[in-house]
Amino acid sequence: MASYLTRRLMLMVVTLFGISIIIFFLLRVVPGNIVDILFDSAGMVNPAEKVKIERELGLDKPIPVQYLAWIGGIAQGDLGYSYVSEKPALDEIAPRIPVTAKLALLALIFSIALGIPLGVISAVKQNSGVDYALRVLSLTGLSVPAFWLGLLILMAFVARFDTIPIYTEPTKSLWEELLLYSVPAAAVGFRSSALIMRLTRSSMLEVLRQDYIRTARAKGASAQAVNYDHALRNALLPVVTIVGIEAAFLFGGPIVTETVFNIPGVARFLVEAIRTRDYPIVQNLVMFIAIVVVVVNFLVDLTYAALDPRIKYAG
Amino acid sequence: MPGDAPVTVSDSGIEIADAYAADLKRAGLRKSGLRGAIGHFFLRHPLGAAGAIIMGVFVFGALFADLITLYDPLQTNAPLSLTPPSRAHWMGADFMGRDIYSRIVYGARISLAVGIGSTLLGCVFGAAIGLTSGYLGGWVDLLAQRIIDILQALPLLVLALVMAAALGPSLRNTIIAIAIPLIPSVARVIRSNTLALRELPFVEAARAIGMSEARIAVRHVLPNTLAPVIVLATAQLGAAILTEASLSFLGLGIPEPYPSWGRMLSESAAEYVRTAPWLVIFPGLAISLTVFGTNLLGDALRDILDPRQRS
Repeated sequence: MASYLTRRLMLMVVTLFGISIIIFFLLRVVPGNIVDILFDSAGMVNPAEKVKIERELGLDKPIPVQYLAWIGGIAQGDLGYSYVSEKPALDEIAPRIPVTAKLALLALIFSIALGIPLGVISAVKQNSGVDYALRVLSLTGLSVPAFWLGLLILMAFVARFDTIPIYTEPTKSLWEELLLYSVPAAAVGFRSSALIMRLTRSSMLEVLRQDYIRTARAKGASAQAVNYDHALRNALLPVVTIVGIEAAFLFGGPIVTETVFNIPGVARFLVEAIRTRDYPIVQNLVMFIAIVVVVVNFLVDLTYAALDPRIKYAG
Repeated sequence: MPGDAPVTVSDSGIEIADAYAADLKRAGLRKSGLRGAIGHFFLRHPLGAAGAIIMGVFVFGALFADLITLYDPLQTNAPLSLTPPSRAHWMGADFMGRDIYSRIVYGARISLAVGIGSTLLGCVFGAAIGLTSGYLGGWVDLLAQRIIDILQALPLLVLALVMAAALGPSLRNTIIAIAIPLIPSVARVIRSNTLALRELPFVEAARAIGMSEARIAVRHVLPNTLAPVIVLATAQLGAAILTEASLSFLGLGIPEPYPSWGRMLSESAAEYVRTAPWLVIFPGLAISLTVFGTNLLGDALRDILDPRQRS
């Protein structure tokens, strides 16, 4: 186990390094840097001034040197400065993390609460009308863009209450905040719930075919006991994986939804930063999302081993 | 794969036909010929058939857009700005007075081009990486696995977004930006299948008669990995169309003046929800229905091609 852990941790570091290199160089391939954009918008064409700003931002140095400066900074907790606001990138990013975290958590709760029970019903009533209806529902969840679903919900709000629940100013109470986040969370969570529902269904069906289920039925256990005590507990193992992966992806995924609902979170900030060529923000945000995904995946694997005594990780 | 395309296609075709014949047999039907097969598919996989019809309408619309629309999708017409659906413009007109119906029909071309283009590109690269890493093993495998780890550590849309921003907005670049995040899953499926296949007697037999390793890998191993890839590719087609819509919605995908469904929704959509809901409803419906079609078809294909999933 210890050697497995060391190996996994080393691979995580390699992966994150790889991402940092790819992202950093990708961003430098982009035609036009922040200085060009500033000059375009201001209509200034003083080349000397342009060179001066580029030097201040460190853009005149070779790209590998810029990369090392960034990575070295991260090691010391210095993420650089936003080109746009000129504030430390950390101060810009940190307050947005809880916003996205709340949204992701709400969406995850929604998707589990909807996905697992419906998946179980679908499997237990396999090939019935209910099963067909639920399968169509889950496929719909995978097909409808989350941001469009969010817009439809908004439309319903407009038609019914003549108001749009969109983030315009800081909320006064936690309750108000939850209410405001619940629409985008439901829109984003619907897709995850569809994935969870599908996986729960197929996993349940697989387990229900096992010999020990037949034994349980043969010894006269009630359908409920068989379905829930015997089948569901084992069927949930792969579901844990998908819930973990979804949790990580919900953190970086609701880019468009945050944009539509004007939610000042990490994902919308990423889009803004990409548009303004604010490299320090983009590269740090992408790294942050990658770290969340990689660490959550690792934790999911460990949980999996803890939940299923049949799994032993060898070095 | 390119040079050997006819062989691989026909081989996997045989495999699909075999799987299909087995499927027919189980149903107790022995219909022969294409018509019988299609009729059977509709009976036994009604949801898959519905998906096939949706996809058929989508492809038909994309191919014959000029025959089934009355207006130029790019023609602006100020007086018509934001007119609600009417007899002449039955899905209404957008901010610039362009006919929404025509734009949606022509938009199918963009979705089809991006969907098929990026799925194919992702599959070709994924197959190449998966096959070489699974077949050769050793350090090649180790390196390929790290590349796949890296590509998988970011959500599809985040990676596509950064790629699209780096490459700049154009149809070709959008296809590339979406294809790259699709590579890992194809590579993983092909790699794991290759690992199992390369130990089988027919590979040994091919080696015994003096066939080169590259030829064995491409002509004997690869065709046998294609069934799961076809299932995966169908699912990816839907994901690619959704991702294109999201990128274009954010203004980082297909540039003006192409009518892309995602950009038709645009960021002012939240505003139109109140004033001109038809601008929001129809393009979103087009995206959802098309992706729904690919998902229905993909599920039916999985039922037919993947015996483990059969109930």
